[in-house]
Amino acid sequence: MSIIYFLIGCSVLLALVFLVAFFWAQSDGQHDDMYTPSVRILLDDKPAEEIEK
Amino acid sequence: MQPEKFYYDNKIVRNFGIATIAWGIIGMTVGLIAAIQLFKPEMNMGNQYTTFGRIRPLHTNAVIFAFVGNAIFMGVYYSLQRLLRARMFSDLLSSIHFWGWQLIILSAVITLPLGLTSSHEYAELEWPIDIAITIIWVVFGVNMFGTIFKRRERHLYVAIWFYIATFVTIAVLHIVNSFQLPISAFKSYYLFAGVQDALVQWWYGHNAVAFFLTTPYLGMMYYFLPKMANRPVYSYKLSILHFWSLIFIYIWAGPHHLLYTSLPSWAQSLGVVFSIMLIAPSWGGMINGLLTLRGAWDKVRDDVILKFMVVGLTAYGMATFEGPMLSLKQINALGHFTDWIVAHVHVGALGWNGFLTFAILYWLIPRIYRTELYSKKLASFHFWIATLGILFYAVPMYWAGFTQGLMLKEFTPEGLLKYPNFLETTMRILPMHVMRSIGGSFYLLGAIVMAYNLCKTMLHGKLVSNEVAEAMPLEKQYVAEGETRHRFLERKPIRMMLVALVVVLIGTAIELIPTLTISSNIPTIASVKPYTPLELEGRDIYIREGCVGCHSQTVRPFRSETERYGEYSKAGEFVYDHPFLWGSKRTGPDLHREGGKYGNAWHYNHMMDPRLMSPGSIMPNYDWLITQKLNTKATADKINAMRKLGVPYPNGYEKIANAELDSQAKAIADDLNKNNIHVQSDKEIVAVIAYLQRLGTDIKVNKPANH
Repeated sequence: MSIIYFLIGCSVLLALVFLVAFFWAQSDGQHDDMYTPSVRILLDDKPAEEIEK
Repeated sequence: MQPEKFYYDNKIVRNFGIATIAWGIIGMTVGLIAAIQLFKPEMNMGNQYTTFGRIRPLHTNAVIFAFVGNAIFMGVYYSLQRLLRARMFSDLLSSIHFWGWQLIILSAVITLPLGLTSSHEYAELEWPIDIAITIIWVVFGVNMFGTIFKRRERHLYVAIWFYIATFVTIAVLHIVNSFQLPISAFKSYYLFAGVQDALVQWWYGHNAVAFFLTTPYLGMMYYFLPKMANRPVYSYKLSILHFWSLIFIYIWAGPHHLLYTSLPSWAQSLGVVFSIMLIAPSWGGMINGLLTLRGAWDKVRDDVILKFMVVGLTAYGMATFEGPMLSLKQINALGHFTDWIVAHVHVGALGWNGFLTFAILYWLIPRIYRTELYSKKLASFHFWIATLGILFYAVPMYWAGFTQGLMLKEFTPEGLLKYPNFLETTMRILPMHVMRSIGGSFYLLGAIVMAYNLCKTMLHGKLVSNEVAEAMPLEKQYVAEGETRHRFLERKPIRMMLVALVVVLIGTAIELIPTLTISSNIPTIASVKPYTPLELEGRDIYIREGCVGCHSQTVRPFRSETERYGEYSKAGEFVYDHPFLWGSKRTGPDLHREGGKYGNAWHYNHMMDPRLMSPGSIMPNYDWLITQKLNTKATADKINAMRKLGVPYPNGYEKIANAELDSQAKAIADDLNKNNIHVQSDKEIVAVIAYLQRLGTDIKVNKPANH
């Protein structure tokens, strides 16, 4: 049943990758603003001249 | 700073969209044919290439990797560009990704009906295709991260986190579950055997559901649902929270697929605990999706796209509640191996993946074609017929699952099995199988109507291959003087400690692995011997024909099972099983104790026409086994490969293997001759009989008193 240690190792490794990603996100300020992003995606970024048309 | 002008690549999105529709219809059609065979075996058209055992993996691969896979890429390529305000990193990589993925699917369509399968569920494709999948997946990853690096929006919207998790985890799962030793261009044996192989497979199988069918779709839900309803997601905070908790919890729940097997019970319990915990993050996602529509339910009344989303999210909520419930041992004891599981996965696949895909297609195709949807009526028809289809599919299958599960466990007051004949329970649920195929054809009809509707839409509009957009480039990020990442960590002692802890854990695990894996292949039961060459060849035919799709090979420790099949399965009995063949569904009875139960003649007649021996059986005829000659060219290579994997064949055995094979085959042919069955000893059927007669007999040798 030693395979279970290998799989746990793989899973922990994956978890670590995600943990690092989480810390990066935290330190990068990805989680600072918990509202604007949800609204921003609704706005389409058309070039200025096209919006005026 | 000047805003930059750039173009979104819509062509790649369109291509993946068309592939989604085409493969979806093909995959569902194959599923329907397979479903009809479960009450009308003649629907295999008397042909080995279209028989259930071979087209069932074709169905699952087509709907998971072709339909859902292409839909994921369609959704990711559309939303990623817009969320990051950037064109995809490389048009060439996009194109390689698209055509490479279609070629992989095409190779699956060719190899699976030919019986070229590794037998691991949802990973049946043989090793060369596994390598191709890895390469194309990396292409996808490079293209995605390339786009992330050149983004014009600093914040990574939550959808992108789901896409990243999908990419990273699937890569790891696919590679670990593909550790195989090739024997020839299209044949390989898995590195691990028996229980270990089972654990790897379900670690993969469970997380493939998590990170291929769930996370990318949650990501797409977080982009497309707000766009469709034109309102922000209910709680962005909740979306972040449930993302991180979902990915950390999902990966540990795999063992719930192996409850009551010979997997150590602490591992089983671990799987159960994490499965129950999963309800919280899963429902976090569902609730967040549904509440996004708060105050906009009037829109749902009119907008068929939102209807699809609502039913899809509801199906997700039901499936993610049912999953943890099914992983409770008491419920699993009844539901596992029955049609209940089939109903469960189809609520997820048809409801969640299917409906979200349909909604996204209906929303996205008119947009990139700058036109309106051709017919709202037809889309509405699609919604209702598909919803009915799911109901007609799922309800009879739940019913069938309960019925058969309960019948198989029922005892008479005298303490005997009430339904000792497995076939009796099968015949009872055939009407439900008929109903299920009606539900399936409803659903397929809906998909065909959608294809027509979207075709018309595309013909009416004109594809905007390169959609113009404008955004400011990213500014350099402000970093406080003297501040480094590590300084940042140092200021947060708890975080620092956590990182240290995880690093230590990983170090320990990595150190333990080599030591522990070496001693892993020692058999624990002395009487368990490697398969003879003929049995090994028979086993490979068993794998080729996909017998494992309907017959399990693991007797659970219940009285209802030990009475019916014999002694429950022990871990030590499977040490030479590369791969394991425990199966996940009992459309027919378990075969782990099949050896010696019937004579060779019974098996011969039963393979030729199962209804001769078991009137009413829904097993197809395997008459081609009787006419086809057994290919023994690779026997020596197979023996060598098995030895490399730790099966103790003596040195030089490969040289005499075929001679031994012939003599064992002759003995079986002679025995059949005595029963007036005249068959040459070099036919495939002889090898299959040899294998079936061997199954589960190793430990009976030691304990004759029990039988």
